[in-house]
Amino acid sequence: MTQHSAWRGPALAAAFPLLALVAWHLATSGRAYSLIPPPYEVGLELWDLAFGGIYDDAFSETLQTHALASMSRAYGGFALAAAVALPLGMLIGRVEVIRTMLDPTLQLLRPVPVTAWLPLAMIVFGLGPRSAFFLVFLGAFYPVLINTIFGVRSVEPRLFEAAAMLGLSPSASFTKVVLPASLPSIFTGLRLGLGLSWVVIVVGEMTGVQTGLGAIIMEARQLSRTDIVICGMAVIGVLGFASDKLIMLLGQWLLRWSPQHG
Amino acid sequence: MNRTSMVEPILDVKNVTKRFAFNNETVTALANANLRIEKGEFVCLIGPSGCGKSTLLRMVAGFETASEGDLLMWAKPVQGPGPDRGMVFQDYGLFPWLTVARNIGFGPAARGRPTREVRATEKRFVEMVGLTRFADAYPHQLSGGMKQRVAIARVLANEAEVVLMDEPFGALDAMTRERLQAELLEIWEAQKLTVLFVTHAIEEAIVLADRVVVMSPGPGRIVADERIDIPRPRDPTSPEFNALRRRLSSLLAGHH
Ligand SMILES: Nc1ncnc2c1ncn2[C@@H]1O[C@H](COP(=O)(O)OP(=O)(O)OP(=O)(O)O)[C@@H](O)[C@H]1O
Ligand SMILES: [Mg+2]
Repeated sequence: MTQHSAWRGPALAAAFPLLALVAWHLATSGRAYSLIPPPYEVGLELWDLAFGGIYDDAFSETLQTHALASMSRAYGGFALAAAVALPLGMLIGRVEVIRTMLDPTLQLLRPVPVTAWLPLAMIVFGLGPRSAFFLVFLGAFYPVLINTIFGVRSVEPRLFEAAAMLGLSPSASFTKVVLPASLPSIFTGLRLGLGLSWVVIVVGEMTGVQTGLGAIIMEARQLSRTDIVICGMAVIGVLGFASDKLIMLLGQWLLRWSPQHG
Repeated sequence: MNRTSMVEPILDVKNVTKRFAFNNETVTALANANLRIEKGEFVCLIGPSGCGKSTLLRMVAGFETASEGDLLMWAKPVQGPGPDRGMVFQDYGLFPWLTVARNIGFGPAARGRPTREVRATEKRFVEMVGLTRFADAYPHQLSGGMKQRVAIARVLANEAEVVLMDEPFGALDAMTRERLQAELLEIWEAQKLTVLFVTHAIEEAIVLADRVVVMSPGPGRIVADERIDIPRPRDPTSPEFNALRRRLSSLLAGHH
């Protein structure tokens, strides 16, 4: 085994996007009628979106507003989904009656894609942020729910025996055994759910919301401002990536006892 | 077999039969088992696979109920698992999310002992099983022998009077097994424990036990109860040891 320097990973990870950037540049730069703007134009536009001072048009200095609007909806919808799906999943997983009552309905609704809910959401919640919020909620709900149910149901029976013979009361076994044992699974659900909230928020914001990264992409498309479309995509990518990294760090700390995570 | 005693037994298994429903059939895992164990005795259960050793142990632990007969501890019927009967599982059954120390303190904490006392107990028993350096390690960072030490320590830390062990050293290599056997005997003597120990290995039973209870399958039953009076530590190459080994082998083979 050769010793790899600390920079090897990041360098390898950066090589591919850099190559893609070069290819993009070669394919678009200097052409009069390219529908796709070259990378440096997108870079300039991104700067203008964030700080202004270059084009000073209607989009200048609006990035923060849009990014914050999207983030608040993505995290808000996700938080609400987690707040409902976590306790519900634990109940469905551990309480026979509730499982029999709710599981079939939930399984039936599960294959319906979030986007198919869009028309109904717009009727019930109207055009605007509340629909987007609802769609995020729905998108994040199922991964959290399914993984929570799986987690609390697949606790090794041996651990209940061990706890009981050590004198733990059955009522305490939920917090002392079930919860910690299912944490890895619950955490997987939360991570998937958070990732999906970012996917869904953009779809949700394309339906007549004034602010948000999805909204700005829609508006730019109608104005044929492809540079802004690409800026929006890049910002979504970075924000989604950053939030995934954050939740991963949290998970590594919480699950440091687990050989699969820690 | 007819050792009668005036002393009240700590454990009394009276005419216990256990049947399991299995694929619309009834399997008799254990038929009419009788076993009296006095406080401080080290009793080994040996017998071929499927003769009901685990079933008997799990009934004493309170994980299973008897189909017929009585299981008494200090003359009171066993009702469910309890901290007075600690179990050491072959697969350890440690809580993977707790450190070595917290695994050992689990019982006292679960029974509501004050935190300061729990920490002191953890420290004492981590030391007793020689895992001080690993007190803050998680189970997945330990070897099999170390995990089994934790499993033993958490039962002792919980002040279990009876320690039930189901092939606890079965998964360990020969050297680790011998060392743990010696440690277990030391702890047993020092803490005045009562041990009921299941094993497949005749040698292990002779090294450890005051009494070896021999079981046989189809249906599971107790066929012999041998007292071992050789002083410890026992030398496996001695003539008495060999004589016992031959005797137990023939009992296991069905000549009694
Ligand atoms: N939960 C169960 N359901 C049905 N049958 C069972 C169950 N537990 C045990 N048995 C049956 O009871 C009999 C005794 O099993 P037991 O596990 O007590 O044997 P054992 O002596 O511990 O064997 P081994 O040495 O292989 O561990 C076996 O025939 C087994 O199939
Ligand atoms: Mg067994």
